[in-house]
Amino acid sequence: MTNATRHARRNTLINGQQRPSPLFGVVKLLVFAVACALVLVPFVAIIATSLAPSAQVTNSGGMVLWPERLDITAYQAILSGGVVTRALGVSGIVTIVGAVLSLTVSSMLAYALTRSALPGRRLITMLLIFSLFFNPGIIPMYLAVQQFGLLDSLAALIVPTCLNAFNVIVLRAFFSNLPTDVLEAAEIDGASEFTMLARIVLPLSKAALAVIGLFYAVGYWNAFFSALLYINDPKLWPLQLVLRSYVTNDNQIGAADLASGILPAQVTLQMAILVVSIVPIVCVYPFLQRHFAKGALTGAVKG
Amino acid sequence: MNSTKRAARLRRSAPLLALAAPGVLLLLAFQYYPLVGNVIAFKDYLPFVGVWESPWVGLENFELIARGDHRFVNALTNTLIITLVQVLLVFPVPIALALALNSMVSERIKRIVQSVLYLPHFLSWVIVVAVFQQFLGGAGMINNFLRANDLDTFSLIGNADLFIPLVTSQLIWKDAGWATILFLAVLSQIDTTLYEASTMDGAGRFRQMWHITLPALKGIVILLLILRLGDALSVGFEQIILQQPAVGIEASEVLDTYVYNVGIVDGSWSEATAVGLVKGIVSVLLVLGANKLAHLFGEDGLYRS
Repeated sequence: MTNATRHARRNTLINGQQRPSPLFGVVKLLVFAVACALVLVPFVAIIATSLAPSAQVTNSGGMVLWPERLDITAYQAILSGGVVTRALGVSGIVTIVGAVLSLTVSSMLAYALTRSALPGRRLITMLLIFSLFFNPGIIPMYLAVQQFGLLDSLAALIVPTCLNAFNVIVLRAFFSNLPTDVLEAAEIDGASEFTMLARIVLPLSKAALAVIGLFYAVGYWNAFFSALLYINDPKLWPLQLVLRSYVTNDNQIGAADLASGILPAQVTLQMAILVVSIVPIVCVYPFLQRHFAKGALTGAVKG
Repeated sequence: MNSTKRAARLRRSAPLLALAAPGVLLLLAFQYYPLVGNVIAFKDYLPFVGVWESPWVGLENFELIARGDHRFVNALTNTLIITLVQVLLVFPVPIALALALNSMVSERIKRIVQSVLYLPHFLSWVIVVAVFQQFLGGAGMINNFLRANDLDTFSLIGNADLFIPLVTSQLIWKDAGWATILFLAVLSQIDTTLYEASTMDGAGRFRQMWHITLPALKGIVILLLILRLGDALSVGFEQIILQQPAVGIEASEVLDTYVYNVGIVDGSWSEATAVGLVKGIVSVLLVLGANKLAHLFGEDGLYRS
């Protein structure tokens, strides 16, 4: 290597910035490695404990990092019926129905807001944006849900949070960036607003719709606040309330709570409940994180 | 003539109105209609009588704020302390992470680190709290390890004195990675010729950071601080209410849990609503004030007026 090329290499720019010193690079890598371990080790331990035989868990006094052999009795116990199975059903229904409903209502509103012919467009936009800056308050919200007769119903978990103003604003920004000539051509051909939305706008926006839909779905799956406020009947408990009761508050999971007769160690059961509540998130995660960064930025800049 | 014109215009806009209607109705029903419910702050709300029939009591419900009721002052103090700690300790973490990630040489490592650090953002608070308990609690993994090695155990969970470090570390664990997204997006938009030119002028790495990178982040940092100010009186309801049984009310009560506990749990609807109403008004004023301040500094802020 000649002196000149070595000099050039040393001055290689990263994103236009000068290359950092090697020592700084090593420190940075170490920091990142520790940060990643802090995130990942808990997951590994939770999965390992949920799959470990009860004897190993009892001997180690709690969580383990590696199961001696795979044992799925904890999963059989919680999935064969009883409290956890029912909560999975509630959360599943709320998540799917809620996400579909939210996405439908949001994209309809977002599309209408991109059309200058919509009467009261400015007013609706203002109502939408202002709602980002204040929240109605816990008790007035409760009173409204009560007055609408939604307390202790699955609808209470869906309807009050059905429309997220931020998501509508992101969708509106996306729709208004679609190529206008296609829309104009359709308009000249006499397409109705419904046709334009269903046949042109939505098919062109599949990626955005999928991400916003998943975002709504994650929101419903994780919803704890609305369940705490509006649901008293344990039969209607979603997963998050079951998690609070049996994992966070450490209530014993008894034979009466499960349909199966086998009762593995409490910790194993708790970790299995945690795993079933995390798995759906991890499954949709790659899609969320790849596409949502863009959406979040659009929303932040245009909102 | 005029009415037929109007009818024609209505016919044309009817489909758009129909598309917007469900969303607007939800917005009115669950964002604007509940505002009406705040009238019970000025009433002695009796659930069996109803919102409208309950007797008016004027400002009586606000008196506990004015006379500095102990439970209320405690909640307010905790809220402000947690907010302050969050702005000082939690807020800078994603900026530092983003700066470090932005200077990564290897795109692959950068992407792996991002994928891992974003993940906890998508977990619910119940899960995050459970994870912390399993690791840092009295019977948690770390204590078991310490016990097994005959070392002193400690419990970060359920210790009232350590509640603030606990909620702070949970917040960093859950959201610091995700919060880097915005900063990274801004950093990626910096014109690279600026760096090249400054290298020509002999600027080192730290001068570049000081004169180019940090000024580029100024706008977004101010914007986020303004948004944060609007939430100064709201510190994570879910995160905190989940941990109240373990640490007790005194250390963990914040304004939002106070409104929930006093109103819905204890049934003092009107007093809790009064506190919630004052909180909401102060929050909106803080956002508007902070936005004005941003304009004075020559920044765009949330919106231009």
